[in-house]
Amino acid sequence: MKKWLFPFALIALLALCCFGCAAYENEAWYKGQSGEVLNVFNWGEYISDEYSEEDGYIDVNKEFEKLTGIKVNYVTFESNEDMYAKIKNGGASYDIVVPSDYMIQRMIDEGLLQTIDVSALPNYHYIDDQYKDLYYDPANAYSVPYNVGMVGLIYNTKVVRDPPTSWSILWDKQYKGQILMIDNPRDAFAIAQKLLGYSFNSTDRSEWNEVLRLLIQQKPLLQGYVMDEVYNKMESGEAAMVPYYVGDYISMKGNNPDLAFVYPEEGVNIFVDAMCIPKTAKHYDAAIKYINFMMDPEVALANAWYIGYASPNTSVLEDADYAEEMGSDQFLYPDADHMPNVEYFHNLPQKTLTLMSENWNVVKATGDIPARVYVGFAVTAAVIVVAVVYSFVKKRRREYWYDFPEEKG
Amino acid sequence: MKQSPLARRMVTAPYMVWAAIFIVVPLIFVVYYSLIDADGVFTLENIKSIPAYRGIMLNSIWLGFAATLISLVIAYPLAYIMARASKNVQRTMMMLVMLPMWMNLLIRTYSLMILLQDTGIINGVLGRLHLPAVHMINTRFAVILGMVYNYIPYMILPLYSIMAKMDHGLVEAAQDLGANKLAVIRKIIFPLSLPGVASGFTMVFVPSVSTFYISKKLGGSTFALIGDLIEMQFKSANNYNLGAALSLVLMVLILISIAIMNRFTGDDDDGGVLI
Repeated sequence: MKKWLFPFALIALLALCCFGCAAYENEAWYKGQSGEVLNVFNWGEYISDEYSEEDGYIDVNKEFEKLTGIKVNYVTFESNEDMYAKIKNGGASYDIVVPSDYMIQRMIDEGLLQTIDVSALPNYHYIDDQYKDLYYDPANAYSVPYNVGMVGLIYNTKVVRDPPTSWSILWDKQYKGQILMIDNPRDAFAIAQKLLGYSFNSTDRSEWNEVLRLLIQQKPLLQGYVMDEVYNKMESGEAAMVPYYVGDYISMKGNNPDLAFVYPEEGVNIFVDAMCIPKTAKHYDAAIKYINFMMDPEVALANAWYIGYASPNTSVLEDADYAEEMGSDQFLYPDADHMPNVEYFHNLPQKTLTLMSENWNVVKATGDIPARVYVGFAVTAAVIVVAVVYSFVKKRRREYWYDFPEEKG
Repeated sequence: MKQSPLARRMVTAPYMVWAAIFIVVPLIFVVYYSLIDADGVFTLENIKSIPAYRGIMLNSIWLGFAATLISLVIAYPLAYIMARASKNVQRTMMMLVMLPMWMNLLIRTYSLMILLQDTGIINGVLGRLHLPAVHMINTRFAVILGMVYNYIPYMILPLYSIMAKMDHGLVEAAQDLGANKLAVIRKIIFPLSLPGVASGFTMVFVPSVSTFYISKKLGGSTFALIGDLIEMQFKSANNYNLGAALSLVLMVLILISIAIMNRFTGDDDDGGVLI
């Protein structure tokens, strides 16, 4: 080995060692639950799960495992309602779930969550005060904010030439077959509600029926209802517009620069997704450690880079690179001038929830059945009848001949 | 040596226990859930609300039926050729039929979606060749294609197994007696293969009618099938009772379809029929 190489090798070795042991705050605090298995139930694509130095990503779950010796079993869901159904029916036991605001309110009401003593979390002081004491958890007793976002309209500038300003473009006949709608009753109805000037949290039956008619009207214009396939459909240019979450727009734009975004003037939904511990959790202490770890500046920054949503963690915007690239984004962190009309979802009374899911069934079930289907059924039925009669007659005739062949000659 | 009744019972016991736990009990639950409301009180409301979804049911049955018919038309000659081929060729062909089944249904369907999209691979190739693009995704055609593609092995296998067992002497006898090719197919091969047709029909029709993933990915979920509706009740709407009622009705409809199908095979068939 050449001698002059040695210092370089040493530096390389040191560098290797350094990123292997990135420093987290209060590392000693995390000890004690080694060997436990922590079941985390989070949204899809909602955590930094690969290491990339240039993008600022880390594999958060792996880092947590390294630090604490706790094994993370990470499972994802597609919507609040899916997650709720799993927790409510007790099919599985999770130690961490990440519902949105209105769902947290519902789960607290129904006694599905355990309290969290935030004063015992060393990193809780990083959470921005404007995301504390919110309506769904006024005493911050059940939840720790994870991400903040809004719903807006993502559109492809190659198809939609004039920047839209209203949700009504989703009902525009000239884009027939290129419109996607979000496949989730609450969010889908919300858009129609804003278009008609109603509150998301209306309990008025006639308002819900009006928005139902609007969605039925829209259905023939749609390419489909989507959730996670939205990435594929928008990035490839297959569809021209979709109402979706701002953070996902930022990720999609990275892969298709033709995409643009707008907060329609009628108003949009703002949401906070927060970490909670279900009543059925079996590893409470490990869960507390995980929640605190997610608020660590290193981890929160990696997540903010990776997920592309606004972070409620004040340390994230203190990072110069992040503040310059993402912090200045007026969709992600709008200042007072760029702030759209926003409204939170609140939990709805059971009666309204039932009405909503009935109406959603109607939306999904309506659709013209081509006349040829009926013709097809009629023809099939006729063929079956003829075949049955024919086989019956043939059988009788055959039996007749078999039984007395000599008499018939 | 004759088995004693006790020994026979011992041998069948594992399956009986299995069937009781995983077939009979869940069925009872489906019936039970379909007859109560969210508070556990007896009600017929769930069943009464079903007619509102008749369009969706007709649609599902029709698409399933079309897919089954197409599978039959494609699979029948293939199964016959397979059954007549040499043992080595048979093994290779069987392997080719089974090969796609080693991949997960979700992945197969998702890749079909990527192929059929307007900006997908097929249209990409057409564009390169300066041919007009064809809109395929989110149509009934795409859904039927997805069903045929995913379930056709279930049609080939029973047809093949019944045709492989067929006594070729019968065909030769018919030919000796002066039957032409058409007569041989019509009078000998087809009637003998009917049990295979019936069981293939069942095995393709049932999963096609109740599918939800295929219609969601390839139909764009703008036209939902009965399976989509049921999935929605259990996943997002959290209405187990309507979901159970819909499942129950679907089961009855499938049973009726199969009963009609079995009518054709006559009472004198020898096995091959699944239900």
